[in-house]
Amino acid sequence: MKIGFSSADESFRQEIAGWLAAHLQGEFAPLRFRGGPGDEHSFPNERKAWERELAAGGWVGVGWQPEDGGRGLSISQQVIFHEEYARAGGPGRMGHIGEGLVGPTLAAFGTPAQRQRLLPGIREGREFWCQGYSEPGAGSDLANVQTRARLDAAGERWLISGQKVWTSLAHEADWCFVLARTEPGSVGHHGLSFLLVPMAQAQIRVQPIVQLTGTSEFNEVFFDQAQTSTDNLVGQPGEGWKIAMALLGFERGVSTLGQQMQFHNELAEVMRIAQANGAAGDPLLRQRIAQAWSGLKVLRYNSLRMLSGPQDGNLGREAMIYKLAWSNWHAELGKLAMDVLGDAGEVLEAAPYRLSRLQSLFLFTRSDTIYGGSNEIQRNVIAERALGMPREPRSR
Amino acid sequence: MEFAFTDEQLMIRDSAERFLAQASDSQAVRAALRRADDYDPELCRRIGQELYWPALLVPEAFGGMGLGFVELAVLQEQCGRFLLGSPLFATSCLATPALMLADNPALQARWLGAIAAGQACATLACALQPARVQVQAVADGDGYRLHGSHAQVIDGAQADLLLIPARSPGSTGEQGISLFAVPADTPGLMRTALPTLDQTRRLACIELRQVHLGDAHLLCAAGQAWPLLRDAQRIGAIGLAAEQLGGAQQALDLTLAYISERRQFGRPIASFQAIKHRCADMMLQVECARSAVWYAACVARECLAADGDPAVRSELLAAAATAKAHASEAFFHCAAESIQLHGGVGFTWEYDPHLYFKRARASEQMLGTPAWHRERLAAQLFGEHA
Repeated sequence: MKIGFSSADESFRQEIAGWLAAHLQGEFAPLRFRGGPGDEHSFPNERKAWERELAAGGWVGVGWQPEDGGRGLSISQQVIFHEEYARAGGPGRMGHIGEGLVGPTLAAFGTPAQRQRLLPGIREGREFWCQGYSEPGAGSDLANVQTRARLDAAGERWLISGQKVWTSLAHEADWCFVLARTEPGSVGHHGLSFLLVPMAQAQIRVQPIVQLTGTSEFNEVFFDQAQTSTDNLVGQPGEGWKIAMALLGFERGVSTLGQQMQFHNELAEVMRIAQANGAAGDPLLRQRIAQAWSGLKVLRYNSLRMLSGPQDGNLGREAMIYKLAWSNWHAELGKLAMDVLGDAGEVLEAAPYRLSRLQSLFLFTRSDTIYGGSNEIQRNVIAERALGMPREPRSR
Repeated sequence: MEFAFTDEQLMIRDSAERFLAQASDSQAVRAALRRADDYDPELCRRIGQELYWPALLVPEAFGGMGLGFVELAVLQEQCGRFLLGSPLFATSCLATPALMLADNPALQARWLGAIAAGQACATLACALQPARVQVQAVADGDGYRLHGSHAQVIDGAQADLLLIPARSPGSTGEQGISLFAVPADTPGLMRTALPTLDQTRRLACIELRQVHLGDAHLLCAAGQAWPLLRDAQRIGAIGLAAEQLGGAQQALDLTLAYISERRQFGRPIASFQAIKHRCADMMLQVECARSAVWYAACVARECLAADGDPAVRSELLAAAATAKAHASEAFFHCAAESIQLHGGVGFTWEYDPHLYFKRARASEQMLGTPAWHRERLAAQLFGEHA
């Protein structure tokens, strides 16, 4: 067990810091510290252009293996990459679903042809992805997927019908990965398949959901005989659940470091305001600020544990608690931000409902403890899978 | 960067676990409670002279094993799980780091050598803030006369060597503080064992009545000891946090064992979601504390290693604060939940949860409460004089 960085790591730090300083300029300067959950509606086109800029510098897929077009960076250097990206105020990544979820999933379960066809679009910052898991009747009970897919008469295309919901960035995406029921009459996690579906077709309709923030980054997505070619099935028919769950494991990998870097910038903003308005002199707020700061460090150490452990797809104890840990931490940061702002937090930037970053943080973090497995589901998973306690009764 | 244990570290953990599961089981812990003012001497002898745990951190030059603080933290975690009653914590996590940071080779050779050989145990009289150093050290010929008292010293009545801070008359703040190595048999040193709420660890009141000590007893230059004392206490807090982590884990494990056996309404109470969710929250706190403790142990290692990384060393305050605050709160929470989830029997003397609950409270208070550490951290974050 050892912390700290080698001199080779430190010169890598110079390289990425220098690149970011040189490129996060001009047309990209307004993007600094923008985007990311809660601010995904800001600058979508400009941030897509930034993805292409990053890609041209070779900074997309830094953790991917070289045979997939990645840099194959060590864990230490990936940590440094995320640290420097945040320090420079790199904008929230539009490509994170492709880079962090689809890439590793295709590397693990895709065919060589699928990797060759789909990974370059991600790595070059040309193609953006969204995630089609949740449905109106399949939230916490994710296996209750009702979206159906069947082969057409010629056996060349899958035809998909149904509805997905809470789909982040669907309106900006070129592709959606869809969990669909391909065995008629099957129930639960049996009979599901993992399909990659192009978004640009008339049979798919995207309807933004107006959130309690007044903005929209989640959507409803309606599929009405939407089409995708048979070579866009990942794995075998019926393996959808296995692949969907493995993908959630990748969600707890290196991408957590990028997420924490956004948290870091939010906390820095809260601390800056606390110093400016005198809240930093309040003993109770000082306690909460120090608690937030050390809590964020603990999230980081948790990630270092996840990344240093065996990468065999099994979730370690630190991975099982990760979602519950960060969602609680982030919701408390949102409340702390408002308590630090005091009266100033009650007035909007502009009518009708333009929020400041910290107001948006306060409101948006109410979703963190719900999406991606609510805190209640997380506690069931921890109790049953990590602590070996009896399973909840199920009706099927 | 590698944030996982080596095979050697895992071996230390496993062998400590095997030894303590037997030598410090519930019966042994309860027998130790009944000893009024010492620890089980046979257990201390085995730890010092058969297992060589006190030698673990001591550099090879002084007859020790020269392992790092991470290895010691691994050991401490197991000691915490089994509520080991022993002077090991004060000796290895407080006195040994202080001696290693000292600048007095003769003193180091004598006492680190004796500690490594299992022939001496030692402690540090803690003072978290400079103002708490109240023993007076008056220059007197070729040495000093120490006068004053120290209300609570961990294992103060058991230690063969006491490291005691004292200040020169009229000095204030961080200035004028010296750290003295005071052998237990020094004339004028009075030690009174105190009855303690947590009976698994000993405290003593120390009184110094015109104790005369020569220059050779100074750990570092006279009047310049605050940074050493401060860092030794931060490192000690990390060692204590490792012990608290073990206690928290064990409180959770005891609870899981009990609730899977205990049946109400025709089913094990572990099957109720109200209970599952509370256990999940306990594990959340334990694992967060674990990450904080491991990281802090790596920082402590760099602070004690001759070739320690200066960038990592600079994280000592923050790492100690993060680990101590998280481990204190995780342990107290898990111990309190352990009583609650045991129900009525959790309130009895017969069942073990109260032993963990009392240790959790004592350890939370010792070497800085969570609120105290967070205030230090806030001062550093806001660039105030810490």
